[in-house]
Amino acid sequence: MTQEQAAILEPQTLLDEFKKNGVTHVVTIPDSETNYLYELMKTQSWLTIVPASREGETFAISLGLIVGGKVPVCLIQNTGMMESGDSIRGMALDSGFPLVMVVGYRGWNRHGVITDSAARYTEPFLNAMGINYYLVEQDSDGPRISVAFEEAKANKRPVAILVGDEYHGFNRV
Amino acid sequence: MFAAEDMFRSFAPHRKNSIVIVTGTCGRHWRDISDNEKRDAPLAGAMGQTTSASLGLALAQPDEKVVLFDSEGSLLMNMGILATIAGQKPNNFVHFLMDNECYATTGGQPVPNSQDIDYAGMAREAGYTAAYSFDNLEEFTNNVEKIMSEPGPVFVAMKMIPEVENEPIGRRQRRAVRPRVQAIRDLQESLGVTVSI
Repeated sequence: MTQEQAAILEPQTLLDEFKKNGVTHVVTIPDSETNYLYELMKTQSWLTIVPASREGETFAISLGLIVGGKVPVCLIQNTGMMESGDSIRGMALDSGFPLVMVVGYRGWNRHGVITDSAARYTEPFLNAMGINYYLVEQDSDGPRISVAFEEAKANKRPVAILVGDEYHGFNRV
Repeated sequence: MFAAEDMFRSFAPHRKNSIVIVTGTCGRHWRDISDNEKRDAPLAGAMGQTTSASLGLALAQPDEKVVLFDSEGSLLMNMGILATIAGQKPNNFVHFLMDNECYATTGGQPVPNSQDIDYAGMAREAGYTAAYSFDNLEEFTNNVEKIMSEPGPVFVAMKMIPEVENEPIGRRQRRAVRPRVQAIRDLQESLGVTVSI
């Protein structure tokens, strides 16, 4: 009996979507789910990586970049997103600017019981903040990222991309 | 310690075309002193994060000088930003810290380790290009021109006289401020930025 290879999400898929949507800066704290994306981003001359010390900074740094005419995304883990509550409120939601936040969905799986509270509280947190989100788990989900950019621009609000690939191989290239 | 209003009056002639961002109770005096409100950026919104937003603006506009007047209560909430700023090395960024040793807006409660902490030392060790401390107006006034001409990121800690507010919030005098959306539009127009709110 042969086992089919699980569909994977390659870092290039996210990078292609960033480029297509005119992203200039990625403001980030790397996490274990996105380390290959980080390596790939470092080699792109059109993209500037801004490493932050705590996730709350990423939303405020992004606000400054947007006011200055750039197109940032925040790339963080769901744990850090929850730490960032007041920054998301005051620097993203209240600012009236579009922003796409790419969030590593630590602990997520669709095949079993979710035991990691980081995953359990991720969607309730986004719902409480009134932030719409799209789940991206494999390459064929990539176009949802462009949908998120369009929605953020249309509504002048943050929109989240949840990268739910922890067990599928986002780290593969 | 010296008065924030006096400090701003001393700084104003050296502002030139800089973008200025202010925070905290001390920062309110700038609104009465600024002679170029279109370059005053309203980047407040979450305590501790105006510093981060100012960095973002400095990175987006590397040919513009960005000057932040931060407060110590805010910086304490987001101390990691010192490393973030030092890591980016924005040579167009000047980071003033107005340290009144307390949370003036909530009644004057002291901030942690208010009298012994060395903010300039922390910035220097984080990797800022230069860091200064001033506790009197004369010394500040004698150095501000040099500070404004130095490559950043430069950090300047200043001991400010607290202006403690003890009135209940509803009874405090409200100052007129420009609507944030308008202020950001004005700033973007002056920068030639076409993306807008």
